[in-house]
Formats: sequence, structure tokens, C-alpha cells
Amino acid sequence: MEHTNITSDNLEVQISAQDVYFAYESTDGGEPKEVLHGVSIDIRKGEFVALLGHNGSGKSTMAKHMNAILLPSGGKVLVGGMDTADEELLTEIRRTVGMVFQNPDNQLVATIVEEDVAFGPENLGVPSEEIRVLVDDALKTVGMYEYRRHAPHKLSGGQKQRVAIAGIIAMRPKCIVFDEPTAMLDPRGRQEVMDTIDKLTGELGITVVLITHYMDEAARADRVIIINDGKILTEGTPKEVFSQIDMLRAVHLDVPQPTELAQSLRDMGFSGIPADILTPEECAKAIFAARQQQ
Amino acid sequence: MIADITIGQFMPGKSFIHKLDPRMKIIVMTALIIFVFLAKNMFSMGLMLGFVLVAMLLTRISPVMYFKGLKAIWFLIVFTSVLNMLYLRGDTVLFQWSFFTVTKEGLWQSAFIAMRLVLIIIISSMLTYTTSPTDLTAAIERLLKPLNVVKVPVHELAMMMTIALRFIPTLLEETEKIMNAQKARGADLESGGMMKRAKALIPILIPLFISSFRRAFELATAMDCRCYTGGEGRTRLNVLRYRFRDIFAFVLVAAACGGIIYLNTLAPALVH
Repeated sequence: MEHTNITSDNLEVQISAQDVYFAYESTDGGEPKEVLHGVSIDIRKGEFVALLGHNGSGKSTMAKHMNAILLPSGGKVLVGGMDTADEELLTEIRRTVGMVFQNPDNQLVATIVEEDVAFGPENLGVPSEEIRVLVDDALKTVGMYEYRRHAPHKLSGGQKQRVAIAGIIAMRPKCIVFDEPTAMLDPRGRQEVMDTIDKLTGELGITVVLITHYMDEAARADRVIIINDGKILTEGTPKEVFSQIDMLRAVHLDVPQPTELAQSLRDMGFSGIPADILTPEECAKAIFAARQQQ
Repeated sequence: MIADITIGQFMPGKSFIHKLDPRMKIIVMTALIIFVFLAKNMFSMGLMLGFVLVAMLLTRISPVMYFKGLKAIWFLIVFTSVLNMLYLRGDTVLFQWSFFTVTKEGLWQSAFIAMRLVLIIIISSMLTYTTSPTDLTAAIERLLKPLNVVKVPVHELAMMMTIALRFIPTLLEETEKIMNAQKARGADLESGGMMKRAKALIPILIPLFISSFRRAFELATAMDCRCYTGGEGRTRLNVLRYRFRDIFAFVLVAAACGGIIYLNTLAPALVH
């Protein structure tokens, strides 16, 4: 992937979470339940970051802080320098950081695809002629332009999710946070959505934060952050993170299958196989090379 | 299966009537419905009937579809006409048997009332057959906008209508899923009396309610993320615009209405 070579140190910070604490009000009047215990993350412009963690690790809660759906109970979150706690800036923050959720059905508002995509720009008060341009562009980006007059409920899961993505792109955000966008989709829908995300980070230069528990999806990112029990456990490039197989297992996360295979082969004595293998292609090449050596 | 049900039964087309601005359609069809009640003799009713029939043909929707709309209420029509026929007494007795009396005036009047019901159904079907629910909602929002002055939340109502229309197929699909899931666990939904069947619905309605609330919550968050803050300062992708054909339709309907008033004076009224 071409964007893996971004050396992110010198890039401007897009979202900055600084020592964020968060507690959900308990429903039965007891003690509030703290789910984030001091998380600090910097997301840089144009970066593709994957946030990993098992269920209940706080990864979704963290994501919801990135466009002021939740406000931290301690610490602060800055979006392009704007404090999410400042209510005056709410609209500006939300048009800067868009969000796509798990269930495509529960994000679509209108009865016709193009009207749904227009919903965001309409809310922002964009003039009608400009909305038309934004909507058409967004639908073409996600490859749903031919379906612009269709009813959303007649589309497949992957198509609906692409329409939901178009609805966010139409607001021209600088960053999009995806909260497990493929969790409810079939393999084909997953592929469609992941290809769309690749297009956003590649061609359009949009900053992407992807929350997922699929390792192969996280492997496409520039940087992987692992959250466990409301704290950052580790972060680094996918190769750095996924080669720590024992650590991943300890926090109940899967390891990408090629990485796991490479690891088992190493354990069996094939020392020529590197530990930081991510893709099936890499794995195949390494095995081929190891065989030739023998 | 049940997800195929569409509210209002919109039938896409490219006819003159399909292309009319939805606001103009609502205005002229309301006017026509009012004038159905003002047509009081044979001449004026004849004009109304002719006008509606021509409009019906102009929609290029098969008359069979309109009859389907009528089928739902044919019983009501027959029932009210028979009642009217028997209850309304005039001077010219046509037929008498025990305490039933049918008079010429009563017969005319019941025929007129039946005709009115039929025309109202045809006119309102014409509106829903030729206008998409989205257009209809947009038109209602625009037409009711003056009510904002008296604090009627017009935009919110229209938004609710849009969301309801959007989620009807989704919820129908979900109902079907839940029904199948409960059947798979041995739920019996079809047999037994009224009470038993009503009770059998509870395990379907409760999950449906819970999931609807969850959907509502998620949708609200998604709408927040898309900067929704109510109707204030909102623009629209498709702006409704009156065109020449709308003015033409308006003039035509106005002429027909004028004609009805005029024809009413030419002969005595047959109905009150």
C-alpha cells in the first residue's frame, strides 16, 4: 500500500486526545462506570489509523469523543485545534470529523439515496446548486451514482454502507471515523467498504480512523493502536504490532492468519521466515524463499 | 414479501400529471374535492365527472388501479346509498313495499352521494399514485409553512413523516424476521381465538419495540453527526418550482370550478 510510507512525525495534528477519562452514568444509581482511564492519541492529517480492541475495551467510546458525541469527564479532545467541549464549535467540529457507524440501516434518513446523501449539506445550509455537485461527487466516489434514485431499503448491506459513507463525504470532512463499519456486512460488503476506505485515504487524502476487530482490515492502516481496558496498550505500524503475537493473545485479539502461520513455521524451526508477515502474498513468498534455501 | 408494501402506492410515470409540482397537485386536488360537494345538479356533476375522468386518463395509469382503490370501500358506498335511498322522502313515489318507500328524489340524492364518494377516492388516489412520498412530504412541509407562525412544528412533522416512510420497509422486514425466529422456537401465531392470537403477538411486538428504540437512538446520533439542528437554516437539494404547466393546471381547474358554479344555476339542485 502506497500510503504506508507516510512518516507522520512532521504532519499537522488533526485530532488530539489528551489524557482522556470517561465514565458512563450508571443506570441503577450506583457508581459511574469508568471506561477510559487516561487515553492520549494524536491523529495526524492524512493518516490512516486503526483502533483495535476486544468488546468493551473502550475503543468505540474513544471514537465517539472524536466528534463531540461524548465529552471527556477528564482531559480534553482537540479537533483541528478546536476543543470539543466548546458548544459554539459543535457544528464546525462535526463537519470536520464525520462518523460512519456499524448498522447502515440506522444511519440513512431519507427514502431516496440522493436525498439521504444531501442530508448533511442541507443541514449546513449549502445552496441547492452546490448540494447537487457535492451529492453527485460523493456518490461517484463510493461508486453508487447509478443508484441515486433508488430506495435505500432495496440495496445490499455493502451498498447501504457506501451510501452512508457518501452522506459523510458530501459534507467534505477532513477526517472520517469508522466505528466497526463492516461488522454487520457479508464478505462482499466488507470488501466494498474496505475498498472505499482505501480510496478515501489514498486518492482523497482524508484522515481515517478505523475502529475494527478484523485484523486484516487493521493491517491496511499506517498505524495500529491497541486499546485494552480503557488504556492504550501498544501502538505502531501493523508489522510492529502484529508480530507481538503473545501480547495480542493476552488481550483476546486475533492475529492475522498469515502472521500466525509464519509464527508457527518459525516455531517449528523454519528460522528463515520473518516474524513480521502480514499479507498472504508476503507469507507465500517467505515460505517459497525458505524452501529454496533448504 | 411484506416489505414490498408501499405506502400510498406511488406509480412512477412521466405523464403531465406526474410532472406537476406536488404543491400544485395538492392544491388543485383539494379544490376538486371541495367542488365535488358543490356540484348539485346533473349538469355540474356531469362536468365534474368528465373533468376527473379526463384527468384520470391523463395519468396513463390503468383504470383498473383506480377500481382497486374503490374496491376497498365499495361496501361503504353501497351501504350509504341504500340507506339514503330508503330514508330520504320525496314527493314522487316510485316503489313501495311494507314500510320501505323509494322516491325519485331519494334515488337521485343517493346516486349523487355515491358519485361523490367515488370521485373523492379517484381524486385522492390520483394524488398518491402520481406523487412520490418524498415529494408529497416536501410539498406538505412547504404548504404548511405559514402555520409556523402559530407555533406548529411543521418541519419536525415533515421530518417525522420522512423517517416513518424510510423505516416502514425496514421494520416490516424486521417483523418478518422476528416472526420467523419465534416460529422456529415453536410459537403458534395462526391458530386459536382472537385472545390467543393477540397474546401470541406479544413475543413479536416486544422485541420489535426494543429494537425500534435502539434504532431511534442510533439514528439520532447519526443525525447529530451530520450536523442536524432542526429546520432553521436548512436548504434543500431539490427545490420545488412552479412551472408553466402548473399554472396551466391551475387555470384549468379554476375554469372547471367556475363552470360548476355556473351550471348549478341552470337547473334545480338534486342534492343538498
